[in-house]
Amino acid sequence: MPVSVLTLLGLGALVGFVSGLFGIGGGFLMTPMLIFLGIPPAVAVATQTAPIAASSTTSVLAAVRRNAVDLRLGAVLVGGGLVGTALGVWFFAAMRRAGQLDLVIALSYLALLTAVGGLMLTDSVRDLWSKRRGRARPARLGGDHPGYLAWPLRMRFPRSRLYASVIPILGLALFVGFAGAVLGIGGGFIMVPALLYLLRVPTGVVVGTSQFQILWTSLVALVLHAVQNQAVDMVLAVILITGGVFGAQFGARFGRNLRSETFRLLLAVLVLTVGLRFALDLVVPPAEPFSVVVAEER
Amino acid sequence: MSALLGGALMSASRRRPGARALLAALLVLAGTRASGAETLVVGLSFNRMAITSSYAGASVAVFGAIERDGQGGARAGDYDVVVTIRGPRRGVTVREKDRLGPVWINRHQRKFAEVPLFLAVASSRPVEAVADAPTRRRLRLGLQAIVDGPDLAAAPPEGEDPFRQALLRLRRDEGLFVERPAGVRFLSPAVFQAALPLPAVAPVGAYEVEVALLAGGTPLATRTAGFELVKTGFEQRMAVFARDWSPLYGLAAAALALLSGWLASVIFRRD
Repeated sequence: MPVSVLTLLGLGALVGFVSGLFGIGGGFLMTPMLIFLGIPPAVAVATQTAPIAASSTTSVLAAVRRNAVDLRLGAVLVGGGLVGTALGVWFFAAMRRAGQLDLVIALSYLALLTAVGGLMLTDSVRDLWSKRRGRARPARLGGDHPGYLAWPLRMRFPRSRLYASVIPILGLALFVGFAGAVLGIGGGFIMVPALLYLLRVPTGVVVGTSQFQILWTSLVALVLHAVQNQAVDMVLAVILITGGVFGAQFGARFGRNLRSETFRLLLAVLVLTVGLRFALDLVVPPAEPFSVVVAEER
Repeated sequence: MSALLGGALMSASRRRPGARALLAALLVLAGTRASGAETLVVGLSFNRMAITSSYAGASVAVFGAIERDGQGGARAGDYDVVVTIRGPRRGVTVREKDRLGPVWINRHQRKFAEVPLFLAVASSRPVEAVADAPTRRRLRLGLQAIVDGPDLAAAPPEGEDPFRQALLRLRRDEGLFVERPAGVRFLSPAVFQAALPLPAVAPVGAYEVEVALLAGGTPLATRTAGFELVKTGFEQRMAVFARDWSPLYGLAAAALALLSGWLASVIFRRD
């Protein structure tokens, strides 16, 4: 691999810093960066699951110490997540054989990053706007429980003060597991808002429970990617983990004494820029339309 | 070592047949005796090469001597030699991106069943000068002739095949297809030497060396020899482990992730 170790360490630290700063996983920034550096998308996605597993281990251990994990809800999420992960790895291998994996990754990232970046941008612009006017935005109200929680197969989750059908929970976990395996992301930034706003899980257990699910799905994705796609690069994984772990700690420390609105705006712009880069790569006519792929030895 | 061998060859070609046979036995010999008046003797600088991960590329030296059977045949000095090194063969897919609506995606592809992953051709003169196009195609002399040849895929190429041209161009850019039009040097009218680069990206496996002797565009003799490229060292052991023991490799990666996550929580514990 012609990418320098220092570049990767620096990138890992930078993305780790950003993720510590904003309390996000960082996979959805790291994987695109690796692809832009010229690492094959398959290797980038598969290997990125290792640092995700590492950072979620750290978060789960901290959450368990604070008793901030709903293990019952977490177990249901893991169940759905593992099915999604297996489907995702299988889909990944099928697309790779068909020669369309790079396209699938680019299109998915484009959709994901522009959606998330757009939402973050409008949110933080609105925040800044109302702050300037001197009025605080009204906090979100509780409201009635949505209808899908009353679907059949209801289950009690005392820790989350939730009595809900497992169907939407499993569906959500399946989707996040699938997206995680195909895109090399943990999916916390989909899972956390979904648990908060769709399932009305109390804030205190949301992050811990989401990290609990990510830990299991990313570990399984890592093993499956190694077996099915042989695209896990252990050396790259060590470099990313090293950079990411330290970066995240400094980011978290730095983040505590920062004005968040400005940085949320910056993050939104960053996410949108990465998304646009994918769009550009898809639309601009390639200098070399041909590519050569050597079949794997069997 | 290589200089010594070359020197030995050079002096041997002027000595008695007995000494020549002795030297030939010392060299790696393969192939069959050609029917013409000329016979080729070929030796390689090594039969098995073990390289480590810090390997920055090496070169294969090919030595050869032309033995003449008394009368007939071409005059010394008119000889042309083409040395071809073929790496292990593998299936290769060439894909072409095309426009679909606003985006560019892989839309066309061609599969080649048997492509040498490494190809190097050295000749005493540019291959175009060594032989005419039909002869080059028949003997697979030169990168273009090999890529245009029918051995790569079941279907023979018709006219200008953009996929074959792309294969040649892209592998050349990667340094895996190499052509050296002046790579064969005659040390004396009957003794030659060729040095071909073996880059660090060259795949491991069995390599085949084919030496063709021509004079005035007419093929006189061919000889083949072979060597094995073996990789050793940490990176290679990892690659073999990842391929042959993939479940264990995956579990090791998972254990590594868990361990480093736990370490981070111990080192940076805040509560």
